[in-house]
Amino acid sequence: MSVVTNTTTIGAIDAPSRRNTELMLLGFAVAIPVFAYINVGLALDGELPAGVLGYGLGLGLLAGVAHLVVRRFARYADPLMLPLATLLNGLGLVLIWRLDQSPRLLARSDFAPQATNQLMYSALGIALFVGVLLVMKDHRVLQRFTYISMAVSIVLLLLPLVPGLGADVFGAKIWIRVGGFSIQPGEFAKIVIAVFFSGYLMVKRDALALASRRFMGLYLPRGRDLGPILTIWAMSLLILVFENDLGTSLLFFGMFVIMLYVATERTSWIVMGLLMSAGGAVVVSSFASHVQSRVAAWLDPFGCLETAPEGSNMLNACDQMTQVLMSFGAGGTLGTGWGQGNSDLIAFAANSDFIFATVGEELGLAGVMAFLLLYGLIIERGVRTALAARDPFGKLFAIGLSGAFALQVFVVAGGVMGLIPLTGMTMPFLAAGGSSVIANWALIGILIRISDTARRPAPSPAPSPDAEMTQVVRP
Amino acid sequence: MNKPLRRIAIFCGILVLALMIRDNWLQYVRADELNANKYNKRVEIERYAHERGNIIVDGKSITGSVETDDNYYKYKRTYTNGPMWAPVTGYASQVFGANQLEKLEDGILSGNSDQLFFDRTMAMFTGDKKKGGNAVTTLSGKAQEAAYKGLGDKKGAVAAIDPKTGKILALASTPSYDPSSFAGRLEKDGKAWTALTNDPDKPMLNRALRETYPPGSTFKVLTAAAGLEYGAVKDINAPTDTPEPYILPGTSTPMVNHASGCEDATLNRAMEVSCNSVFAKLGDDVGRDKMVEMAEKFGFNNTEIDTPIRAAASVYDKTMSRDGNAQSSIGQFNTAATPLQMAMVTAAIANDGRLMKPYMVDKLVSPDLDVIQQNDPEEMSRPISAENAQLLQQMMENVVENGTGGNAAIDGVKVGGKTGTAQHGENNSKNPYAWFISYAKTDNGSPVAVAVVVEDSNARRDDISGGGLAAPIAKAVMQAVLGDRQ
Repeated sequence: MSVVTNTTTIGAIDAPSRRNTELMLLGFAVAIPVFAYINVGLALDGELPAGVLGYGLGLGLLAGVAHLVVRRFARYADPLMLPLATLLNGLGLVLIWRLDQSPRLLARSDFAPQATNQLMYSALGIALFVGVLLVMKDHRVLQRFTYISMAVSIVLLLLPLVPGLGADVFGAKIWIRVGGFSIQPGEFAKIVIAVFFSGYLMVKRDALALASRRFMGLYLPRGRDLGPILTIWAMSLLILVFENDLGTSLLFFGMFVIMLYVATERTSWIVMGLLMSAGGAVVVSSFASHVQSRVAAWLDPFGCLETAPEGSNMLNACDQMTQVLMSFGAGGTLGTGWGQGNSDLIAFAANSDFIFATVGEELGLAGVMAFLLLYGLIIERGVRTALAARDPFGKLFAIGLSGAFALQVFVVAGGVMGLIPLTGMTMPFLAAGGSSVIANWALIGILIRISDTARRPAPSPAPSPDAEMTQVVRP
Repeated sequence: MNKPLRRIAIFCGILVLALMIRDNWLQYVRADELNANKYNKRVEIERYAHERGNIIVDGKSITGSVETDDNYYKYKRTYTNGPMWAPVTGYASQVFGANQLEKLEDGILSGNSDQLFFDRTMAMFTGDKKKGGNAVTTLSGKAQEAAYKGLGDKKGAVAAIDPKTGKILALASTPSYDPSSFAGRLEKDGKAWTALTNDPDKPMLNRALRETYPPGSTFKVLTAAAGLEYGAVKDINAPTDTPEPYILPGTSTPMVNHASGCEDATLNRAMEVSCNSVFAKLGDDVGRDKMVEMAEKFGFNNTEIDTPIRAAASVYDKTMSRDGNAQSSIGQFNTAATPLQMAMVTAAIANDGRLMKPYMVDKLVSPDLDVIQQNDPEEMSRPISAENAQLLQQMMENVVENGTGGNAAIDGVKVGGKTGTAQHGENNSKNPYAWFISYAKTDNGSPVAVAVVVEDSNARRDDISGGGLAAPIAKAVMQAVLGDRQ
């Protein structure tokens, strides 16, 4: 590969660090949310919001610290990921702050302003990002924690089921409450389980790929190799059943299938994965009313608004879905403008699970497309990192994290836009929720670390004694 | 491992692409349908998100907007002198919708009309708040007040028109209601609405435009007009060949006269004392089809009289028998007219036979008072010739000078009128309606024609009730208009 093509992650070995590009992009990533913030203030109160200076400085400071750490400790990292994450996080803060101003939401008993908390969590997230880069000099050290990771992830996932610790919030048992804070362990489990999958599959990939029997065009693995897959499948079903968390189970299972496919290069895994998830979906939806109402709300939201019994779970689901759809419709092509929409009619969870509807209403089709492109770019940089990574563990780890990120974006945005049944998950970086924003900053930190390793110039070859000799030797 | 990685990359791309396609479908293709959805509160929220434009009378606003602390609808409609103006304004309620002018001119008042596109665009650049335009009415505050006060706590309605232009000057209906009382969406608004809709007196009915009454003897001017126009009567001072009692054609029922001296009375005399027999016979002489033709020229049977508030159609039956036609000629049987219709008949006579289209919105103006739409007087029809109109005026003026309409006389002004008492209910069991139609005339022609109807009067006799109850109200309205002009 030519030395000149150094614009991509898989480019030349001696790629330039691109840190200045990152700095410039970060400038935009801070300026755009600040303008958005001013825009909301002007639209809502007709004056500059009081906190604009503090907000701008705060976001700029966080981005600056993150940049300096990347510049010092991950010089060769991908230059796009940090600006993209900063931009999304900054815009998310503006969206949350905008919804905080809604008198309709403030009148609700289950609503509390979230912007300050979210800013604090964002700072914590960037701190974790910095921590990842400082502590983890090489992502391969995580290989050592393969089985510990498995144990940790299972514990994390099951924590919400522990009596006294788990909190049943609006039907989904995915939170735990520790000293006034509620944490969604699933968000962190997403990363930890990726460590386990990467470590496990790196070791077992040959056994899984080669020791199989061909049956009806499919490569069926041996029973003992099938074991982990069935375990994951069963676990995701259990999460769904006991924690009412459709999203997380889909996410884990999807991530596992993707990594299995990449590790073994066998399409039969994908087919089996699809068959198993279809089977699981049928089984669960046949007895979980929670899932049934989501499906009904997805199939015909306006129709089910009329037929659903008064006060039922299904009515709530359908009402929410119709409000979200009408928000998108009200946005049209260009949107109503920051602060000028009525997405707060969604009422419940307007600033968390459904925050994307506010984007749809106030920024319109153009804004949603821009947001989807931002997410698409993050995913693309993640996949490129996987391609560029030189070790199988890094490849699997990067594709696992990027794949999980892509699935999460698809499941949330698709659910909110009525493409697929709704699942309760957060839009990465946008939605109000501490666990989500912290975990996603950690995810970006890990991807940056892998990309740094991948793009780092290979150490120059050791000087050849023979060559030395031929030059030095003189009669 | 790179080959599956590339496939996964494509798969992720497809996921994002699917989201993008779905979003285009949702926000571009389906946007209009979603916005028009009946569950979408945004249209209502938008309607009350800013100050609504006003309805103007005599340069002053009779409506207003007040900011509320409601989370959904920011502004609420208020009404100055609501009950008096309700038949004109209608209501605009956050919960119960709108009617009449508030609904018909909603585009201008709410500022959403395409006619205001330029203003909205300019406001976008100048940073002004969105505001609605105004509807300037043709009504006269003094005439309206005279009409409303004149009706007082009686049940009834008044319609007054400027005969030369068709401008509506007064439109009163009692008992009335205050549209402010249910403009918001608090519990008390809902209670007020329920109370009003359940009230047996139907206060929300616009009696001046939307209720039809048997016109009684006031219809005789129309019969007289038909008699003159179709040649059944040549000379209003020549004796008619009317027997006493007059037996309705094809029956053995005599037509009862409340007045005396109706046998062979002249048309002028018959008008003066309101002889039933003379007009029943005249209607029969003209014939049903010609009577229908004349009534329709005056606006009967027309379902599209839009002022712009649509008036209920007044009825003159096209298919009734001979004796029905004879009874209809004195405003009984199944003849029915709105107060507006009878004001139109009077106005056409006062305007020398030209019937002008009645209207109540003079112009629509933008928030910065540019005229968006100007309504000009429009001729609706010419039911009678100028000569015959003047003969009718002579007879109607005689009614006020010498006959049953004395209560409407105004010093120094020529006033023409006709009283009426309309029986209703089975066998005349219910109290009759008292009618009075009249016009005032000065040297410059007639500035006002009025029709008044009062329900539930305690009076019995034709001459007393119409002249006694309704004529003073008509007089007050005419005086208000004349005072306005001087």
